Amino acid sequence: MREIQLPLSQTQKVRLQKALEQLESLSTKVNSDASVIIADSIHVNHEDGVLKGHGTADLNGEVVATLCGVVERVNKLVYVRALRSRYKPEVGDIVIGRVVEVAQKRWRLEINYNQDAVLLLSSMNMPDGVQRRRTAVDELNMRCIFEENDVVCAEVRGFQHDGLHLQARSRKYGKLNRGQLLTVPPYLVKRQKQHFHHLEEFGIDLILGCNGFIWVGEHVEAKDDMIEDQVSQSDSQVLFPNKNCVSLEEQEKNYTILETRKYISRAANAVRVLSTLGFNITLEIIKGIIDLSLSMNLDIHDMLGSEFCVLVAEKEAERRSSMKKRR
Amino acid sequence: MEYVSPEGLRLDGRRPMEMRQIRAEIGAVSKADGSAIFEMGNTKVIAAVYGPREVQNRSQQISSHALVRCEYCMANFSTGDRMRKSKGDRRSTEISLVIRQTMEACILTHLLPRSQIDIYVQVLQADGGTRSACINAATLALADAGIPMRDLVTSCSAGYLNSTPLLDLNYVEDSAGGPDVTLGILPKLDKVTLLQMDSKLPIDILENVMQLAIEGCKAIANYIREILLANTKQLEYRRGV
Repeated sequence: MREIQLPLSQTQKVRLQKALEQLESLSTKVNSDASVIIADSIHVNHEDGVLKGHGTADLNGEVVATLCGVVERVNKLVYVRALRSRYKPEVGDIVIGRVVEVAQKRWRLEINYNQDAVLLLSSMNMPDGVQRRRTAVDELNMRCIFEENDVVCAEVRGFQHDGLHLQARSRKYGKLNRGQLLTVPPYLVKRQKQHFHHLEEFGIDLILGCNGFIWVGEHVEAKDDMIEDQVSQSDSQVLFPNKNCVSLEEQEKNYTILETRKYISRAANAVRVLSTLGFNITLEIIKGIIDLSLSMNLDIHDMLGSEFCVLVAEKEAERRSSMKKRR
Repeated sequence: MEYVSPEGLRLDGRRPMEMRQIRAEIGAVSKADGSAIFEMGNTKVIAAVYGPREVQNRSQQISSHALVRCEYCMANFSTGDRMRKSKGDRRSTEISLVIRQTMEACILTHLLPRSQIDIYVQVLQADGGTRSACINAATLALADAGIPMRDLVTSCSAGYLNSTPLLDLNYVEDSAGGPDVTLGILPKLDKVTLLQMDSKLPIDILENVMQLAIEGCKAIANYIREILLANTKQLEYRRGV
């Protein structure tokens, strides 16, 4: 049994146990027998001609699981949805990665997958927004766009012969600045229509990457190409935003006010609490935790303490219970 | 020295076919992709799995299946005598190779081409049967990491002392110099994936000792399945929908 690694007092232990038992009772009715482990037999009706999907194998005409997870059945497809495992890319997923290597005409990104992902120079928009062919000068200037250890937001393009390819073709993708990068297990991030969130009341952006990388940063206005085109003509500095610049004016531009930095830390700690407890990470739950900590006038570092984690678990049990009644 | 009393009790009070108390814990190393602690009596082993991830040394990359690497080490304080051996001593290398081969046989490496799986096993407390405990811990860690496997490998040792087959030897029985059989099986497929033996043993008695070890492996497999099923159910109900 995986223990929650928190220094709990006896009272907190009892309260946490009670909240988790309530969560278990809420979910037991839905899918009580769907969990399987490695080499478990999966019951299928062979007359239906089932398709064996990911996480299953054939053993003497019997379908057995090769992963620990939950059995899902979609029409004739039977597969095992793994819980704790590395990210499984799908075309169109929004992912956040870290640049590990700048190679010829490409960047290699670590995205919590079996291999490093590849972002080609031709698969992304140039910083100046001009649509043109990539030249040798662009290849020489690749480190001015992304260098090693930069955090990049991109979209999964598909599998090619040399691995997984990403693309960053709109203004909302690209380099991420002035924020925090968090790593959570990928099974906690659900696939949704919207993964870019702007928390207007706090002035921060939240990107929930499907691969478990979550970015919490200062809000950046997403300009469209027309406006960007005009700006580039007047200011050539936009061409290479990554340049190491020590001028006072540049430092002033990169400064983030203290209030925004506090909100960034508070949102990041909210995600950390959810990851510690193993709860689903969605925008509503993150907002709820931030509001809860603000209403209690809690310090940012106290959000990671035992008392607040137990309180979040209790609130989540209440929320799921009320949602079940409403359904 | 008498290892089995006339009443059929061993030095630590067990019957000949009785196993030491086993205990397992999943998720001991928070930063690893999968990790587990496994205890067999006083033997305590921690295993961590990183990967499947990008191959770090490009020349070793295999285009058709995953590269499995294993590193075994004993903590200096794990035995009664403090050791000052270097990491690359002969015994560690041999056990690393044994664990790697055993795990490679059950991991579906062809599903993870051009990737690397690293297994790190460390003995925290040694009281006999460390090899078996390492294999069991590595199996739990691989299952926790979500790596596709054919079956769960479980391992157990058995011996033969005072004309009696004994299951799950501890350190004192291991030091007696009698035969020691270490067995690793795939319980669902009913196949032997590892067999090692020290000392000599008549061929007819070997059957009995092996059968005893197989029973021990199956008992460990049942326990490991319970642990993994409880862990999977817990992850699912905590996540919610």
